[in-house]
Amino acid sequence: MTPTTPDTACALTARDYKSDLKPVWCPGCGDFSILMSITMAMAQIGRPPEEVAVISGIGCSSRVPAYTNCYGFHGVHGRALPLATGLKLSRPDLLVLAAGGDGDGYSIGGNHFLHACRRNVDLTYIVMDNQVYGMTKGQPSPTTPPEWDSALVPGGTGLRPFHPLVIALAAGANFVARSFSGDANGTAQIIVDAIRHPGFSLIEILSPCVTFRPEERDWAKQVHPAAVAETGDRAQAARRVLTDDGFNTGILYRGDREPYQPAFHPVEVEGADFDADFLP
Amino acid sequence: MTQVETQSRASVPAAITATMAAAETPSIAIAMLGSGGSGVMTAAEILLRAAARAGYFGLMTKTFGPQIRGGEAAAFVTLSTRPVETQADQIDLLFAIDWKNAERFAGELQLGPDTLVISGDVGAALPDIVTGPRPRLGEVNLKTLTRSHKGVRPNMVALGTVGGAIGLPRHAIAELIAERLGKKGEAAMTQGLTAVDLGYDEAANFAVAKLAPPLGDSARWIISGNQAAGYGAIRGGVRFAAAYPITPATEILEWLAPRLQKIGGLLVQAEDELASINMIIGGSFGGAAVLTATSGPGLALMSESIGLAVAAEIPLLVINVMRGGPSTGIPTKSEQSDLNIAVYGLHGDAPHVVTAPNSISDCLFTAQWSTHLAEAMQVPAIMLSDQSFGQALGIVEKPAALAFATHRAVAEAPAQDYQRYAVTASGVSPMALPGTPGGQYTADGLEHSESGTPSSAVNDHNRQLEKRLRKVVEFDYGDHWAQIEGDGPAAIITWGSATGPVRQAMRRVDPDGTRLRLISLRLISPAQPARLAQALTGCGQILVVEQSQMAQFFGHLKAQFDLPPMAGLYARPGPQPFRVAEIAAKLEEWLS
Repeated sequence: MTPTTPDTACALTARDYKSDLKPVWCPGCGDFSILMSITMAMAQIGRPPEEVAVISGIGCSSRVPAYTNCYGFHGVHGRALPLATGLKLSRPDLLVLAAGGDGDGYSIGGNHFLHACRRNVDLTYIVMDNQVYGMTKGQPSPTTPPEWDSALVPGGTGLRPFHPLVIALAAGANFVARSFSGDANGTAQIIVDAIRHPGFSLIEILSPCVTFRPEERDWAKQVHPAAVAETGDRAQAARRVLTDDGFNTGILYRGDREPYQPAFHPVEVEGADFDADFLP
Repeated sequence: MTQVETQSRASVPAAITATMAAAETPSIAIAMLGSGGSGVMTAAEILLRAAARAGYFGLMTKTFGPQIRGGEAAAFVTLSTRPVETQADQIDLLFAIDWKNAERFAGELQLGPDTLVISGDVGAALPDIVTGPRPRLGEVNLKTLTRSHKGVRPNMVALGTVGGAIGLPRHAIAELIAERLGKKGEAAMTQGLTAVDLGYDEAANFAVAKLAPPLGDSARWIISGNQAAGYGAIRGGVRFAAAYPITPATEILEWLAPRLQKIGGLLVQAEDELASINMIIGGSFGGAAVLTATSGPGLALMSESIGLAVAAEIPLLVINVMRGGPSTGIPTKSEQSDLNIAVYGLHGDAPHVVTAPNSISDCLFTAQWSTHLAEAMQVPAIMLSDQSFGQALGIVEKPAALAFATHRAVAEAPAQDYQRYAVTASGVSPMALPGTPGGQYTADGLEHSESGTPSSAVNDHNRQLEKRLRKVVEFDYGDHWAQIEGDGPAAIITWGSATGPVRQAMRRVDPDGTRLRLISLRLISPAQPARLAQALTGCGQILVVEQSQMAQFFGHLKAQFDLPPMAGLYARPGPQPFRVAEIAAKLEEWLS
């Protein structure tokens, strides 16, 4: 399975990467645009759909693999990153994307998030952050503001929201960006850049949940491109993202860490003789 | 501690020496004791290896205190002219380099009046557990010997003493010393050989029956159950592994990691067991034969995702090396108490395969077979090994190079209407691997249609449940489902590490092999009631033997194997390994 050269002028369009399944998402959900951005990015990258794998966990946004025409894996809650890691390490020829939501990635999958950043396998991780658990009908996630009232946590969590970008930087992610679902073209371009950049790339995409967080519709008015250019300086990137308003979009950080990709060229059974280990 | 009078080597009664020295025995049990860093494990391992080269069979087990480093350590070595599957009922020769914290081994040091106890720490008080059974006592003054010979290490003197006392040819030990210490230079080697010579000289003063000459010279291996499991998996085609360290499974991983590397494969150390199981699911989805190895707590963490592998039909091997439970339990000791979680621990109706090796060398066969089963049926297989296999080192007959052609049904050129979960006659559906044009599908833990599309429809659920169950139930497991020996009218049904002690007890109770029959199950799930009924033909008596307080195996046999109601039970928890005398006594009682 030789990978085709990326960016060749083949006739693939975004439509070629989309399946004919109708998403379960609510009308107006930000994830629709993100699905479009993913397929647009794929068309621009130009790898045929069978050479791409989209891996997810559980949640509204984690439904995304089946909505693409790529190979997909819709696994268990929180474990998209290790599954994607295992696939990429044993199949370095594939283009592997992991995708999911804020609860899946930052709460139940939080430990894997840290270790995926530090392991720095060549994966692109797309987080559709709506700051709520939508599939279970409206509970606070790690990125939900502390005062947000819900049936499960009346009066709000009172907890400081998790800051995925600065944590990704600290943990060693090699590419960190923020985007907004409403900007389909801009998001597609960031996905393309993330895929092309070696190592672990995090794209945190603000994706409004119109059902449980209708106030997030206002995000369209709040987001704005970052006023400063991306950096390769982790500390500078961290300072910026800690002091911004949370609505800066664009590529924040592009590092130069070597991806983790040990050789994987397995031999057949005949070549695997270790009898000599056991001679007395 | 009781201060007792010990016999100095000069005062060993000559009469005992004369009569005992001439005696020969087919089997001898040795214990070596010492505090951490004293080198008892090295000495015991060289002893085992020398015995293997001299043509004997043997088994070495280790016991440590809870300390990471230091503390007391004990090595138990049984050597014999015939295969050894369990430590002897009683120790014939105990050599203690020192006695620090030796009380910790109460219950493990089975001494008797015939035991010869040699203290290398002259003047130290002997613990009650040693003096209680009133063994014969002797001394080797390690302090004096090591002080008067530069560079001589006490453990090597102990090794020489034990080797000499049991009649192991000196050259077998000297050869190993030369191989090991030769690398460290001439001086180190000479010192090592001097130490062994001093030990052999001392041995002349002790009366222990010598090992009878070895029988035959078949090819032997020295291997631990954990190494055997790792090698079996490699033979089965496993090339990708991900795992999290856990006692007593870590040796599988540490054996595999460099060897997988050597054959172009890979072992990844994951951040936890949730990650390890999902990493191998990813690797298998990509087409590799995969494994993870763990123990009870890790298996519990993995359970959700093993269920995912059932639903998404992903082949994988989980080697679970059982230890005492529940919870953290007793990580360094054995118990057969993970059967229930392995067989029944997945949520939903989740058919999968559970196997168990019945000896150290069978860890190799069963791991290879389990990989074969997983790949052939696109299903997770859990192999239940345990600490007593995993961390024991055995001298075994060289295992056969049994090669199952591990094969996964792959859709190499998927048709236009390819359906990943097509309902086929065997229940196994050809799997398209990423990279294959036209085979794209989404593997899913959600119930799905034949094409893989998520579905909560009654029909899809029923059809997929039915095919996933059928593929494992109707698979032909051949004769490997159980090890059956003898055809007597009284059958003992057992599994895993209980098999060895049961087999040896049967030989003791029924030397002619006319009364008893052994049925040791290698395939724990799916159940094979028809095969068991066939194997029990003509049996008027049945006894189930297992190492589990709650008799998990017995419950499983009753629920799934149509075990006849007259079946009796001998079940007890770990961590003490079954002794042959213990099982033999039960068999006598049961047969009478």
